[in-house]
Amino acid sequence: MSELAEQTLYQKRIPIYPRSVKGRFRNLKYGILVLAYGVYFLLPWVRWERANAPDQAVLFDLPGRHFYIFGLSAEPQDIIWLGGLLVIAAMLLFFVTGIAGRVFCGYFCFQTLWTDVFILIERWIQGERPARIRLGKSPWNRDKLVKMTATYGLWLLTAFWTGLTFTLYWGDAPALIGQFFSGDAPFAAYATTLFLTGTTFVMAGLAREQVCTYMCPYARFQSAMFDKDTLIVAYDATRGEGQNGRRKLSKELKSREDRHAQGIGDCIECGYCVQVCPTGIDIRNGLQLQCISCALCVDACDAIMDQLHWPRGLVKYTSDTAKAGQPTRIIKPKTIGYGVVLCAAIAALTWSIMTSASYTATVEQIRQPLFVTLSDGRIQNTYEIKLNNKVTKKVTFKVEVDKLPSAELHLEGLKDRVTLNPQQRLRVLARVRMPPPGIGENQHHYEFVITPIEGIDAPPVREPTVFYTP
Amino acid sequence: MSESTTKQQAAVQTTGHAWDGDLQEFNNPLPRWWLWSFYVTAVIAVIYWFIYPSWPVGRGWLEGFATITYQVDGKAEESRWNTRAKLLHDLTESHAAQRQREFMGKVAEADFSTISNDPDMLAFIRSVGKGLFGDNCAACHGRGGQGVVGLYPNLADDDWLWGGSLENIQNVITNGRQGFMPAFKETFDPQQLDDVAEYVLSLSGEAPDSIAVERGKALFQGFGGGCYYCHGMDGKGLPSQGAANLTDKIWTIADVDGQKTLEEKKAVVKKLIFNGVQNMRKMPTWKGRLSPTEIKVLAVYVHQLGGGQ
Repeated sequence: MSELAEQTLYQKRIPIYPRSVKGRFRNLKYGILVLAYGVYFLLPWVRWERANAPDQAVLFDLPGRHFYIFGLSAEPQDIIWLGGLLVIAAMLLFFVTGIAGRVFCGYFCFQTLWTDVFILIERWIQGERPARIRLGKSPWNRDKLVKMTATYGLWLLTAFWTGLTFTLYWGDAPALIGQFFSGDAPFAAYATTLFLTGTTFVMAGLAREQVCTYMCPYARFQSAMFDKDTLIVAYDATRGEGQNGRRKLSKELKSREDRHAQGIGDCIECGYCVQVCPTGIDIRNGLQLQCISCALCVDACDAIMDQLHWPRGLVKYTSDTAKAGQPTRIIKPKTIGYGVVLCAAIAALTWSIMTSASYTATVEQIRQPLFVTLSDGRIQNTYEIKLNNKVTKKVTFKVEVDKLPSAELHLEGLKDRVTLNPQQRLRVLARVRMPPPGIGENQHHYEFVITPIEGIDAPPVREPTVFYTP
Repeated sequence: MSESTTKQQAAVQTTGHAWDGDLQEFNNPLPRWWLWSFYVTAVIAVIYWFIYPSWPVGRGWLEGFATITYQVDGKAEESRWNTRAKLLHDLTESHAAQRQREFMGKVAEADFSTISNDPDMLAFIRSVGKGLFGDNCAACHGRGGQGVVGLYPNLADDDWLWGGSLENIQNVITNGRQGFMPAFKETFDPQQLDDVAEYVLSLSGEAPDSIAVERGKALFQGFGGGCYYCHGMDGKGLPSQGAANLTDKIWTIADVDGQKTLEEKKAVVKKLIFNGVQNMRKMPTWKGRLSPTEIKVLAVYVHQLGGGQ
């Protein structure tokens, strides 16, 4: 076998120079790109008035342990919401993949979006695909040096702005950016920015399709959601190949009628679908793991078909069942299952956020000693009340004991009410004193009643606890 | 379908071997950069050996070139990087440690009335005080300050032998105290001892009025016993002497609460009067062992345990 000589265990990356293409899917992808970039790059600059925190709409304040998302203020103990969000994201991915295949990869994945932008930069400086291939192969000269420096420089700038923007979500953006450039920002800000600048540059500029093919786990496990009804980008081989394969356009093979008469298919082997592919595959070889369903080959083939005035759809979105001539099922057990779980997760998260308390109050008994006898003969139990004001307003609470007659409550350092600053947490020592009840039970069940009386309008918390006597 | 010519990546090679006639093995080559990233991890491991402690060598180990400074008793020490030094470093330099220092500074500057009206500062003192109390005081007074009857006073109640104000408590912790009561074995005969014990118990309602109580009262308030020198004419004690208030329900030395009948109660009180309190109630001085701020924190902590005055 002559191939044996070329065979190797390691493969060099073959550079891919995707050709530009115009079409409906390309336009849709540009739309999504503009939207996603707009949200990502502008969101840290959106302001939102707050009493005691930076006026930033989306702010993840790690040192302060507060996470602000517009009107919502989450705390570390609300981490379950993040869990819910991730479950929703996963289920949405499964649901969409089950129906429409790798839509996320092709349209929404940041790897795809950033690679798109980097390719735009590359094309703007170096020109269309043939020019880029020429430049890639040419020896190093002044022209190549200038163009490559400009390309890499602009990539680096984009990557840096991407990394810096990510950092801005974790601090007050206007203040942080000032500190960043004057050298006063925290080490974590520089480290994060540097790291993300590096990864963005490498992933979107150099690695590109290697990320999807070799690194990304989603690419691999999405095949588990595929079935014969899943939407895929596919080449219509029956139409393209005819009985005797595909052939380039030539004098005898110009019109469809001529070609069909000779058993030749509609594919004119222009290669446009291969040239536009960002992962460098030939869609005519069938469904491949490298395919991210970006549909640029659909746009490419449609453009050619339009020029020839032949019907579109030689490469198109279809499914295995549709290719076999049967209708594609959208509603199938898999879709229903994922859909139900998705809706349940959304409902649970919404319910959890909507009903989250504006404050929490817990009472914990100090158990050593459980009780003491006071000089006047009364018995004293001690408790620690933990109050957490979750809103950005001052809140005053009234603390009382209920169902324990003749008991006297004393709050250390306070009268019977506690005022908490916005988002303050406070532990208050509470002493309850009561004359010994004589003979009977030595445990008396009763309740602490903690009522917000100023600042917020919320129902009181009743915390059951026990009073111990000798 | 025609073979793809331009893209080798899509083509699947076989290793070229064939077993049993047609059984072949695919060759899906790894990307070259994957191999390089493996080499990079190996290089990083070698760099790591130079920075951090790594290989055991004989009885020691390669210490690495990284150093770390940490504080021991306020003195800066430098050593090669190790996790123990890192812990010491974090105990004084970490964000939490700095915040604690900042708060301790506030406590040091504040006076007692400011502290006792600031719930935030009180909560901080409860946290820090718990540690200090556990390290220094709990051995005698117990984890929750409940004490041991007969030996160590209960700090979780509202009775204070040496005064229950913050200043009093601070003073006691700073300078230490020795509880003392003379023995009356030479002074009282058995009958008198019985009478005085009966009177003392009657002060807090443990014994009913009787002739014996009247006799005991005469001894207590007269020159015969002279108990009033320290405990006062009304038996309410004298904080300057550390003399107990005998009219309240709290017994710190004689375990009256632990006895059932009047006779048993009288027996423990008699024993105390007979022997006095000598060389058994020693509170050490903490001046010099704890900083003034730590003593201040402990005073507030003890004050709020059960209810200071």
